[in-house]
Amino acid sequence: MSMRELTFAQAIREALDEELARDERIIVLGEDVGEWGGVFRCTEGLFKKYGAERIIDTPLSEEGFVGLAVGAAMTGLHPVPELMFGDFITLAMDQIVNQAAKMRYMTGGQVQVPITIRATMGGGRSSGGQHSQSWHAWLAHVPGLKVVVPSTPYDAKGLLKTALREPNPVVFFEDKVMYAKIKGPVPEEEYTIPFGKADVKRQGTDVSLIAVSRMIHPALAAAEKLSAEGISAEVVDPRTLTPLDEDTLVQSVAKTGGAVIVDEGYNHFGTTAELAAVIAKGAFDYLDAPIERLGAMDVPIPFTPPLENATIPNEDSIIAAVHRILDGRRH
Amino acid sequence: MPARKIKTTSLPLPSEALLEIYRKMLTIRAFEETVFDVYRKGLMPGLAHLSDGQEATPVGVCAALRPDDTITSTHRGHGHIIAKGGLVEPMMAEVMGRVTGYCRGKGGEMHIADVSLGILGANGIVGGGIGIAAGSAFTAKREGRGRVSVAFFGDGAINQGIWYETANLAVLWQLPLIYVCENNQYTEFTHYKKLVSGVGLEARARAMGMKSLVVDGNDVLAVYQAAHTLVEEARRGKGPATLVCHTFRYGGHHVGEPGTAYRSKQEIAEWKAKDPIPLFEKVLLEHKIIAPADIEALHDEVQTRVLASVTTAQQAPFPEVKEAGEHVYA
Repeated sequence: MSMRELTFAQAIREALDEELARDERIIVLGEDVGEWGGVFRCTEGLFKKYGAERIIDTPLSEEGFVGLAVGAAMTGLHPVPELMFGDFITLAMDQIVNQAAKMRYMTGGQVQVPITIRATMGGGRSSGGQHSQSWHAWLAHVPGLKVVVPSTPYDAKGLLKTALREPNPVVFFEDKVMYAKIKGPVPEEEYTIPFGKADVKRQGTDVSLIAVSRMIHPALAAAEKLSAEGISAEVVDPRTLTPLDEDTLVQSVAKTGGAVIVDEGYNHFGTTAELAAVIAKGAFDYLDAPIERLGAMDVPIPFTPPLENATIPNEDSIIAAVHRILDGRRH
Repeated sequence: MPARKIKTTSLPLPSEALLEIYRKMLTIRAFEETVFDVYRKGLMPGLAHLSDGQEATPVGVCAALRPDDTITSTHRGHGHIIAKGGLVEPMMAEVMGRVTGYCRGKGGEMHIADVSLGILGANGIVGGGIGIAAGSAFTAKREGRGRVSVAFFGDGAINQGIWYETANLAVLWQLPLIYVCENNQYTEFTHYKKLVSGVGLEARARAMGMKSLVVDGNDVLAVYQAAHTLVEEARRGKGPATLVCHTFRYGGHHVGEPGTAYRSKQEIAEWKAKDPIPLFEKVLLEHKIIAPADIEALHDEVQTRVLASVTTAQQAPFPEVKEAGEHVYA
């Protein structure tokens, strides 16, 4: 396969472009996604290519345009509403949780709701408490939704293309810090990535770093530093929370005997808790030390960098957690 | 309340269609009264939200619709389902939680849907169907076949944000969406005037830039004529509209309360004197569209069918427990 480097945003844009060309039922709607090309440039050029009928600028009206998208999905379209900041998902929550997620079930299987809700996540930009949150665990709590948390341009493109072929509601979380900063190889050729397949981003034998979305990158950096200390860390990316590839997580921990779970969502009732439960059950006999959970500090995200940075896991906190596990193992 | 007079000189629909309207109104009344009975006898799980007294609104509106038009409904949705062509047998089976129900017993009395008939579901969230209806209108506009989408909702939904957000979109994008507010005067247990500021939804709709009409929701022909006007304009690309129908539910908010603690005997009696069914019967008789003897026969026929739906549902199985895990994902 011939590869080139794309940014995370370019990969998203390319997935949208290819699927818009493939399936005329797909429409993109959201705030400034049209002529402006999206605040994070994920829809750049699409308005010109596909027109105002398919790349639709909406008012700031999340409940309205997500609700409309649910109805459009039920009647034959595949809408892709964009929530510019994932924090705004709260404004559309009834439409997602009470409508999209359960329409199929409540009608006894009469309808499909093929809607792909793209939402951002992630702090680290001094955007304050209402533009920095990571609500993927909240959505993953709801039966009827699929939840995707890609970490690389390659995964983002392949998983978004899968989402756009899904007959079910998908909430696709994109960590906005990655849009321009994370570059990676993406094949020229078409490909998709199935949901429910975790990806081992780095092989290792001493400890498993299970990291979600952008947290893969500090996890990989930590693994690199740990290798200099003679510690071999495996880095596992679940890629989708619903469905969740429990087997790959369990197998990794069964091999290494230790698990650090890293996520930018809150620990309290969060993704780290769920993944820890999966590992505790599946790899109980192999664990040499308690599972380490590194989530966001359970506080509203502060604005000023020294405080904000202290609330989000990073390379150092991951390394420290690995040492706690390995120290525990020695005792 | 502003009311349109029924045109007694010329009727807006052929006899066959008028008789179908009448049959549907009788069916809704019989269905609701029977569900109440089913509830009292302990034959159904949960509660039911009945619409007897409100029959003219859904039937009048749906008489203006084509089979491919869609509706969304409310927690008080049985009338809308029947008006759009829903069958009482799978409805009753759904109310009674049977696998033969429209939703295999998984939706219940508040969530009946028959997508093949354009019924995109009754909805337990007040205003919850409005977004779906807007989406259906969006799809309809793209299809370009003149299909329209109707959102039924009650006075309780007037103050929900989804109405304003979709109304804004529907006007901006000129969607073929008809908002039908069935104002049965009471939002649960409180008169709507204590809850709605200003003139009401009709004025709010106009402020959003759409046409709105107010009719006597107990006068099925007035409802039909207003709906027909708005629906045909929407089909021709004139955009969304709002129709406010004033009506009254005879029973309580749900079957577990009689609706008498917060509504006076006098108020209930006044509305019963304007019962939509005898009102329409009078028109049919005056125009000799139906003979007095046929009225009784039709009542009996409808009643027999609805009662039979209970027996049939009683004999039908509940879904197997394994179904609890099915239909979550396609």
